[in-house]
Amino acid sequence: MERIPILRMGRYLLVTIQIEMDDQIAIRLQEDLTRMIEKTGARGVLMDISALEMVDSFIGRMISQISAMSRILNARTIVVGMRPAVAITLVELGLTMPGVRTALNVERGMEMLTAAEDSDDVPRAG
Amino acid sequence: MSRAQGESIAVATDKDVVLARQAIRRAAQGVGFSIVDQTKIVTAVSELARNAVLYGGGGTLEWEPVAQNGKTGLRVTVSDQGPGIEDLAMAMKDGWSTGTGLGMGLPGAKRLVSEFDIASTPGLGTVVTIARWK
Repeated sequence: MERIPILRMGRYLLVTIQIEMDDQIAIRLQEDLTRMIEKTGARGVLMDISALEMVDSFIGRMISQISAMSRILNARTIVVGMRPAVAITLVELGLTMPGVRTALNVERGMEMLTAAEDSDDVPRAG
Repeated sequence: MSRAQGESIAVATDKDVVLARQAIRRAAQGVGFSIVDQTKIVTAVSELARNAVLYGGGGTLEWEPVAQNGKTGLRVTVSDQGPGIEDLAMAMKDGWSTGTGLGMGLPGAKRLVSEFDIASTPGLGTVVTIARWK
């Protein structure tokens, strides 16, 4: 059974999609990530899609759902490495993926996750 | 083994949808489409192939390079012998959650191509023909 590996990087999880992803693999990834976030208490997920030549409505919805699910589990998801052709096609497709944060690469994604955590820790006034 | 003009594959499973993407990517490269245009037509075909697998009981993907009025392009047909679509107008409307992908398959595919035609007879099946010009 083909699975996309999920790596732990401290309190973050890294998912690198390197294979042609069919719908079953995408669904399994969603389930595996949910389980891993719960199990590890991860505060962030970096999803590297730089190898994806195409994102269609199903994969786009999967990314949106992972982002929403992680938020409920107190983790942030950052999608990194989206190819320009994919970004252009998503806009034309009308798939805006509301709530999904993106970054150019894993390094920038990590910076965003760390910054988000820092701002989470800031006590609110009043 | 492949014919010089026009080819086809059966799409019955999730994995076939991936094969469909790869086949159309190669065909689009062969026609000389830009990376962006390749991605658009591959994405459109992915939507249609998935529909054939999920709702059509499996189907057939056919494609051929085309030329017309000095333009060149690629024509792709996805057909199935499934239950067909009762209300085409509804199917061509965007899903209720705009921007999230649900219900976006057919109208989304239409936005990514130059020509889009759909014919469906409840009980007999569905044929979607798309074409993208360079």
